[in-house]
Amino acid sequence: MNSFQTYRKLFASTFYLSAFTFGGGYVIVPLMKKKFVDELHWIEETEMLDLTAIAQSAPGAMAINASILIGYRIAGFIGAIVTILGTVLPPLIILSVISLFYQTFQSNQIVKIVLKGMQAGVAAVVIDVVYTMAKGIVSQKQLLPIIIMIISFIAGYFLSINVMYIILICGVFGAVNGFHEEKARKERS
Amino acid sequence: MIYLQLFWSFFQIGLFSIGGGYAALPLIQTQVVQVHSWITMNEFNDLITISQMTPGPIAINSATFVGNQIAGLGGAIISTLGCIMPSCIIVSILAYLYFKYKNMTILQGILKGLRPAVVALIASAGLTIFITAIWGESIQWETTDITNACLFIMAMIMLRKFKADPTLTMISCGCLSVMIYLVF
Repeated sequence: MNSFQTYRKLFASTFYLSAFTFGGGYVIVPLMKKKFVDELHWIEETEMLDLTAIAQSAPGAMAINASILIGYRIAGFIGAIVTILGTVLPPLIILSVISLFYQTFQSNQIVKIVLKGMQAGVAAVVIDVVYTMAKGIVSQKQLLPIIIMIISFIAGYFLSINVMYIILICGVFGAVNGFHEEKARKERS
Repeated sequence: MIYLQLFWSFFQIGLFSIGGGYAALPLIQTQVVQVHSWITMNEFNDLITISQMTPGPIAINSATFVGNQIAGLGGAIISTLGCIMPSCIIVSILAYLYFKYKNMTILQGILKGLRPAVVALIASAGLTIFITAIWGESIQWETTDITNACLFIMAMIMLRKFKADPTLTMISCGCLSVMIYLVF
């Protein structure tokens, strides 16, 4: 694939994903994973998780941050610009059109029902990808990642702890653990 | 002048909305309702409702909406640019560091800690969406939306058994939902 084709594919993919990302930040990650990891094989699954963590740690909208990272990873700086455009244009176009006649749109019964039904689909997409990813973590057969996953879930879902703190604590914990493993390896050798 | 003000306001929103999504709401409200009186509180509430009904991040949606109301399409584009500019700069730096140093032991350790956490956070978001889709506000037998529960099962089968395209799955759910409404 030459670079022009790559840019075009990147733009089309992010435009398409962005146009269907109902329900906020984390919904775009499963969609991106399906597209760029499973379908196009441009990114590995662990790398996708790394990019998500980075996107979460930076300020701004998750969808924008994640697409900058994917664009940069696949086609460098120009790639990032292409994916930003692809991600920003759908909401920009849709909101511009809707702001012209938003009263009608908001009170339309059919629109409400389509959106309500789509929620079920969105839930299924997210749960499907989460299942695959969690299976990947569990199949490493290491205790620590599984414990981190369970505790983070409890912290995020049941205790409503700010996502930033969860990311920060897990990062620090991972760094300390990595440091210890490295030290143990050196002492053994 | 108004372009510059729009750009700067949304630049701040983009820079300080850490944690994403609804964390940005109070920030947006302060800038566009209180500080600049660009839109009223009622319009702001409408904006939130529309944002929930349309794709895209809430910060981008507000930038487009407010920009349009104040200075037309040019305003919308300028506000959106302002909103994404901080992300572009900071994420580019992080991306550069990640790809340069990702084989370093310390960064490997950090990422190993973060990967399971990210899966958990997506799972948490997924569970919230799932409950909202099928029960609405709270889980009660009476509030169960049977249509959506069936649509969810159908979508799950499409995705796992037939490896259907996620977007196609979501659109099918939306269309079926309307058909069921019109028939019954």
